[in-house]
Amino acid sequence: MVEVEADLIWEYLKMVEDPEIPILNVIEMGIVRDLKWDEGNKKWHVVITPTYSGCPAMKAIEEDIIEVLAELQVKNVVVDTVLSPPWTTDWMTDEAREKLRSTGIAPPEKGSADKGLLMGKVKDIACPRCSSTNTIMVSQFGTTACKALYKCGDCLEPFDYFKCI
Amino acid sequence: MLMEHKEYYLTIADTLLVLGQRLSEWCGHGPAIEEDIALSNVALDYIGQATSLYKEIALKENLGKSEDDYAFLRDAWEYRNALIVEITNGDYAKTIARQFVFSTWYYHFLEALEKSNDTFLQGFAQKSIKEVRYHFQHSRDWILRMGGGTEESHRRLQNALNEMWEFTGELMTNSAHEMEAIAKGIGVDNVALKETFDRIVTAVFQEANVSAPADVWMQKGGKEGKHSEHLGFILAEMQFLQRAYPNSKW
Ligand SMILES: [Zn+2]
Repeated sequence: MVEVEADLIWEYLKMVEDPEIPILNVIEMGIVRDLKWDEGNKKWHVVITPTYSGCPAMKAIEEDIIEVLAELQVKNVVVDTVLSPPWTTDWMTDEAREKLRSTGIAPPEKGSADKGLLMGKVKDIACPRCSSTNTIMVSQFGTTACKALYKCGDCLEPFDYFKCI
Repeated sequence: MLMEHKEYYLTIADTLLVLGQRLSEWCGHGPAIEEDIALSNVALDYIGQATSLYKEIALKENLGKSEDDYAFLRDAWEYRNALIVEITNGDYAKTIARQFVFSTWYYHFLEALEKSNDTFLQGFAQKSIKEVRYHFQHSRDWILRMGGGTEESHRRLQNALNEMWEFTGELMTNSAHEMEAIAKGIGVDNVALKETFDRIVTAVFQEANVSAPADVWMQKGGKEGKHSEHLGFILAEMQFLQRAYPNSKW
């Protein structure tokens, strides 16, 4: 029974959106790390991990998980936050990357941030509109902690880039 | 319950919280909107990192406290932050100079903390270092830009370094509780980070055509609870609400 309910809860969790990028859900983002049944206390533990330590969306995500599951009659839910292993953009699914691109956000390059970054090496990022790699970084910090601000040199549009982490 | 190495956790957490609070002062006042956003994001990272440490202290002490109790209900002498984070922001050059020096130290501190015997601190370091890479890059870019910019930006950057250099030394010292944590294989030997710190800072300063002042008497004491007058003012602002309206919540 527990296994069947677990499969259902994993499905239900796909209904919880990322508050800052609502086209992606918390499963696609790789924020939900585990789901455990605590037989002693009769509670489900949903284990999540923050994208960034200071991500202001984490509290909202925690509340949304409890609310969405409660609406689907799963009421004995506790959300635990863990830091380790640290979240990486490599956990985002290919579908998630494609969804980002289609909404005008350049998806993160695969292979998390390397040490080259320390010495100021910047990767070539393709414009999500015209695919040109003639782009420049305007600011390392964009509309949210997880994004940088770029500008395309060909179509001249500014765009967000989901930074590797 | 008595928590082992609580002071060690507090030194890291308080340093991050106070710097996060300081940087937040730029929110709405940045020299450009991109910088306003950048510093606010960096501040959020620090405050988030501090929060996770305070939460862990609360968990281990098991006295029914939350992270807010440590942030809002301790007085200046109980804070264990290094002095460099409490000094005032000054102009943008001074803020950036501090960010650069701080991130250079903090990045290498975290790199060493990843090898701590304390599994929580290990995870904390693995998580935080990814964020601090971006902080380092941001401040380094600005050092180069200001150093190689106009006569005024160069002068301001050099002044900033002259003014704040005396606060850099404390980062590369070990307080008594840090020594205890080092002896247990939990803490990072800050003195051992000095060589790498000097090498990186000197190389970037050379490229920016500025220099750190020589033979400066280094201030210390923050990590032992001996603070400058500035900390009291930050705490007064940060703690006002909880002190005036105890237990109020969002
Ligand atoms: Zn384009």
